[in-house]
Amino acid sequence: MSVKSIMIVGVGGQGTLLTSRLLGKALMSQGYDVKVSEVHGMSQRGGAVVTYVKYGEKVSSPIVEKGEADLIIAFEPLEATRWLEYLKPGGEMIVNTQQIDPMPVVTGAVEYPEDVIEKLQATGAFITPIDALPIAEEIGSVKIVNVVLVGAMAGCMDLPLDIWRKSIKETVPEKFIEMNLKAFDAGYGIKTCLIEE
Amino acid sequence: MKELILGNEAVARALYEAGCRVLSSYPGTPSTEISEYAAKYDEIYCEWAPNEKVALEVAGGAAIAGARAFSAMKHVGLNVAADPLFTLSYTGTNAGLVIAVADDPGMHSSQNEQDSRHYARASKTIMLEPADSAECLAYTKLAFDLSEEFDTPVLLRLTTRVSHSRSPVELSQRQEIDLRQYEKDPGKYVMMPAMAKRRHEIVEKRLEEQRAWAEKCDINTVEYNSKKIGIISSGTTYMYAKEALGDKASYLKLGCVYPLPVDLIKSFASQCEEVFVIEELDDFIESHCLKHGVEVKGKALFSFLGEYSQSLISEKILGEKADTLKTDLEVPGRPPVLCPGCPHRALFYSLKRLKVFVSGDIGCYTLAALAPLSMMDTCICMGASVSALHGRNKANPENAKKSVAVIGDSTFIHSGITGLIDIAYNKSDSVVIILDNSITGMTGHQDNPTTGKTIKGQPAQTVDLEKLVKSVGIERVSVIDPNDLKNSLKVIKEELEKPGPGVIISRRPCALLKYVKHAPPLKVDRGKCTACRMCMRIGCPTISFKQGKAFIDATQCVGCGVCQQLCNFDAIN
Repeated sequence: MSVKSIMIVGVGGQGTLLTSRLLGKALMSQGYDVKVSEVHGMSQRGGAVVTYVKYGEKVSSPIVEKGEADLIIAFEPLEATRWLEYLKPGGEMIVNTQQIDPMPVVTGAVEYPEDVIEKLQATGAFITPIDALPIAEEIGSVKIVNVVLVGAMAGCMDLPLDIWRKSIKETVPEKFIEMNLKAFDAGYGIKTCLIEE
Repeated sequence: MKELILGNEAVARALYEAGCRVLSSYPGTPSTEISEYAAKYDEIYCEWAPNEKVALEVAGGAAIAGARAFSAMKHVGLNVAADPLFTLSYTGTNAGLVIAVADDPGMHSSQNEQDSRHYARASKTIMLEPADSAECLAYTKLAFDLSEEFDTPVLLRLTTRVSHSRSPVELSQRQEIDLRQYEKDPGKYVMMPAMAKRRHEIVEKRLEEQRAWAEKCDINTVEYNSKKIGIISSGTTYMYAKEALGDKASYLKLGCVYPLPVDLIKSFASQCEEVFVIEELDDFIESHCLKHGVEVKGKALFSFLGEYSQSLISEKILGEKADTLKTDLEVPGRPPVLCPGCPHRALFYSLKRLKVFVSGDIGCYTLAALAPLSMMDTCICMGASVSALHGRNKANPENAKKSVAVIGDSTFIHSGITGLIDIAYNKSDSVVIILDNSITGMTGHQDNPTTGKTIKGQPAQTVDLEKLVKSVGIERVSVIDPNDLKNSLKVIKEELEKPGPGVIISRRPCALLKYVKHAPPLKVDRGKCTACRMCMRIGCPTISFKQGKAFIDATQCVGCGVCQQLCNFDAIN
């Protein structure tokens, strides 16, 4: 198979790193060569963050470039727009609709753009909007928004379900496992589209 | 069993496997995790040193004493550690000494984009450059062997993409290495002119031997595919080239970037129709090729600035560009911000009220340079806030009434204290504010000599900042809680008016520290809010405007109460 590229984009503090680790672990267990590129340091302080996950028979470059991503998981609509160009034509994007205002919007220097989801859909990309925040709140914590999105992502990848559950059990602290698994299941139940092999 | 680990984690694993006994480092993105992961191994003595110079001297001392030793730092950290590096190259090391230096092309988290390979040539030290996590492990182990074979420190050059990418690594067991015997040898270890002259001869001879090694070592590899295009590269850029060009090109991958081979490059180039050198930052390999008469293309096509990628290489060499999707949406930037509850926010707001010149430094608080606080005038390097303020005030004594320096606790210990001694000694009329948030923040919460804990979480001696400042000759030292706006403003104003030097310690722990208890989130009373936007002047990411009134995001607010003090209408509770 050719190398598949996934991007996880969001705002520093939203838990994108945990998501890429879960994904990397699940893919490794299936015998793929995997590379995960993370962002540490300055951009973690509420800035735009991006993580790349690539897998296949042999992966060279750890980064994903414009027009290369098969799948983008966006934790925030503005971030989905920022990284749209990175999506391969025909690629899929899962967008969490929870809006987080960046500082230039907070200070009133610029406006948060309107109808973001509709405009993303108008590009012809396959966009799945998900309002993960209320789902996470109902299960028990706003902190598990990322795992709801991992579930939705798992729904569009052809990996056995128990691999994901195992990867979650190995990655999150023991007392939060049950809550995280619930969040995963809730996300998994959302209909997304399968990345083609 | 293979594990998916960071390049930095793989370097740490190699320290364990190679029998390294002593590690001393100072945190710096993207190198920090190496020391944090190494600290998890009981077999390795690990420490955070006050700065990189101290760290490398500790590691050098340990190596001369016979233990395999290591130090990690970011590129600018090597500037600080350059002094011991250049002379450790002369003395040699006895047991293996490896120095990891992490460059940051693209400046994800740095103040400049310097290319550390120049240090290898300048200090006449061998330098290896891994391209993924498996190579991080293999090259670090090889570096210890080379260090002992050639009796030299060995530099391991990393870049952000190698340090912070995960790829599969095969782990193995630790090899216990006995302490080497130390033998008194002033001719080798005491660098005075007479001895150093003899050692310099040895260094030049050693370099010739290393050059011969570089011609045939198995980390400089050749892969012939189509010979129309020949690529000479190293590290992560090799990976980009490989992905962009696949078997449309042949490759010379240089695992050793200093000293560089000559014959190997000539023979590779002679096999290929057109040869490109692809290297981020400076034309280090390209100039070497040109110097030896090998015709190559490099910086004529590729930039000296920023990171490269597979698509850039594909575009420059093959003329191919990927199709992309577009919208007409204007996407506002999302710069990093001070966290909700960050103690720096209030302090910089007080400085904004006083309209002072702020001589800044390196840390989370550098973010106060951005809008809406916009309260930093200069930021050069670690410690420069203090000494540069002194220079400013000597240049024009009028400046002293309207200027302050700001420096974090860890940065102050790193190299702010020497500047403060200059201020005390040379009768400076300067006000220095130490932002003591009880942790090294920006690099992700490392302990330091002011926090009372070691890298392994053990209790440690704590530097008493008040006593330290007094003991160097600063007579006026005050302590404020930055979140008490009224008092902070009063104290800073008074200090600026008084003659002679003064230090203000602005003390409140980082809001992200686990032991910091948060108050319940605050709420805006829409009936009382007059939409005056006073609360928005502090740039708190939890406060926005919704339906014409201020709104506080309860999922992010930690109830620090700073915005409450700004509201004249009692609308925040």
